[in-house]
Amino acid sequence: MHNKTLSELSALLHNGDITSVELTQHFLNRIKTHNGNLNAFISVTEESALAQAAAADKQFADKTAGKLTGIPMAHKDIFCTKGVRTSCASKMLDKFVAPYDATVVEKIAASGMVMLGKTNMDEFAMGSSNETSFYGPVKNPWDTERVPGGSSGGSAAAIAARLAPAATGTDTGGSIRQPSSLCNLTGLKPTYGRVSRYGMIAFASSLDQAGPMTANAEDAALLLNVMSGFDERDSTSVERDVPDYTANLNDSLQGLRIGLPKEYFGEGLAPEVAEIIDVAIKEFEKLGATVKEISLPNTSLAIPTYYVVAPAECSSNLSRMDGVRFGHRCEDPKDLLDLYQRSRGEGFGDEVKRRIMIGTYALSAGYYDAYYLKAQKCRRLISDDFQQAFEEVDVIMGPTAPTTAFKLGDKADDPVAMYLADIYTINTNLAGLPGMSIPAGFANGLPAGLQIIGNYFDEARLLNVAHQYQQVTDWHKQIPTAFQ
Amino acid sequence: MSLDKSDVEKIAHLARLAIDESTIPDYARDLNNILNLVEQMSAVNTDAVSPMAHPLDAHQRLREDVVSETDQRELFQSIAPKTDAGVYLVPQVIE
Repeated sequence: MHNKTLSELSALLHNGDITSVELTQHFLNRIKTHNGNLNAFISVTEESALAQAAAADKQFADKTAGKLTGIPMAHKDIFCTKGVRTSCASKMLDKFVAPYDATVVEKIAASGMVMLGKTNMDEFAMGSSNETSFYGPVKNPWDTERVPGGSSGGSAAAIAARLAPAATGTDTGGSIRQPSSLCNLTGLKPTYGRVSRYGMIAFASSLDQAGPMTANAEDAALLLNVMSGFDERDSTSVERDVPDYTANLNDSLQGLRIGLPKEYFGEGLAPEVAEIIDVAIKEFEKLGATVKEISLPNTSLAIPTYYVVAPAECSSNLSRMDGVRFGHRCEDPKDLLDLYQRSRGEGFGDEVKRRIMIGTYALSAGYYDAYYLKAQKCRRLISDDFQQAFEEVDVIMGPTAPTTAFKLGDKADDPVAMYLADIYTINTNLAGLPGMSIPAGFANGLPAGLQIIGNYFDEARLLNVAHQYQQVTDWHKQIPTAFQ
Repeated sequence: MSLDKSDVEKIAHLARLAIDESTIPDYARDLNNILNLVEQMSAVNTDAVSPMAHPLDAHQRLREDVVSETDQRELFQSIAPKTDAGVYLVPQVIE
């Protein structure tokens, strides 16, 4: 039951072969069996899940059920869920019960899907290994001594181990795509503004974007259909119609022009990952695509630029956590300054503090031009590189991450080494472009993803390209032995 | 340029973060490593480049000035650490 696609589950539910309560209970049982080991979930909402499932079953009886009605899913614990703890994996919000739903949560609930619980993540989405969570690291189902990637590591591990058929993630510098690569999933970061950020706890507002994490491209299209759309409550939400993302899945790739940026295949890329990507590209040639080398000359600026923009915006966004209106408050503050400083000092973990301090420094008097303004200019250069490339090619392909999953603890003490895990994903966030990671093969039993980058609002094309590849390969169907 | 102990203390104060005295050298090392990484931006000349604030160069939408939210003070204050008679309580600020 847990190996089925969303469409297959939908058919079973609509045909009356299974009820939503049975299906939901099946996944809840799997969570009970495996979560102790994987730590993929921070909260499991068993009672409300079964109530939502019962409501879904009533819709089937009334013939008012939609395509995704009754199918279980999980939300990254960065999305506000009314009446349910929303921790962002931080001690700061350990007892925070959100007073309202994020738009994404509202939309997915309106589709009839059932929320199983809230998934683990790096604290405030800052990390690439899920090791900065207040609730402890998540284990990679492919090798439990290794990280699942981050920051959406709990969502990734939950789907990889089939504890949920689908989940939401958020991607500020690679947080959907990199864990998808490390856990053998299909993950899509949409164009900036495509999915509402309302109720999604802000990290870096000009980069954050939510998207689907699933086992395959068709499932991602179904979930993106539900998640996307204009929202007046998000001032950066884009007023643009949502196409049916499943409509073009079966289009031929004959004549598709693929660009391979030479900067993505240089030093730092593990040879075993390079080989997997080479083989995947050949598969696209067999499907009728043409391949040419391109250049994104400012790629090396991406990480330096990101580590100004993201910390600057996070230092501003996280200033709302002050121990006054919600969140952690220190014991017996002696004055207001002490209240702020100790509540924040106790509530935030090390990586969050580092980023707040870098951002505070970059925005402090006298440094703005040298850091933030310079970074916004570099951002323009990175974005222009892409626009130039898209004059010649339809999509850009390369590795999602430079290596397969690394061992827990390997990079935990070296922030800069950890930052390099996002070297191929960050520049799409800086440019605001959609990007996707799909399963492309294995090296020493560990999965590696192929990244596909498109032009603005080209999500349907990315999904089409991914789906066609998944018709001729079965990497996306591989499940770790212990979780079959 | 390199941040020393007093720089780290000053930044922590600006950010309203209490950090343990014993961890300052570690923060100084990590922040300096990150700033060294960031320094690579200076390799390119950006004098003629306009800064990018939004990927799609979108502008803020305007809306009619009408009431769109209902009063939910009780709900919002139910998750506050300390409130009294509808206000948030903090240590005394005015003598």
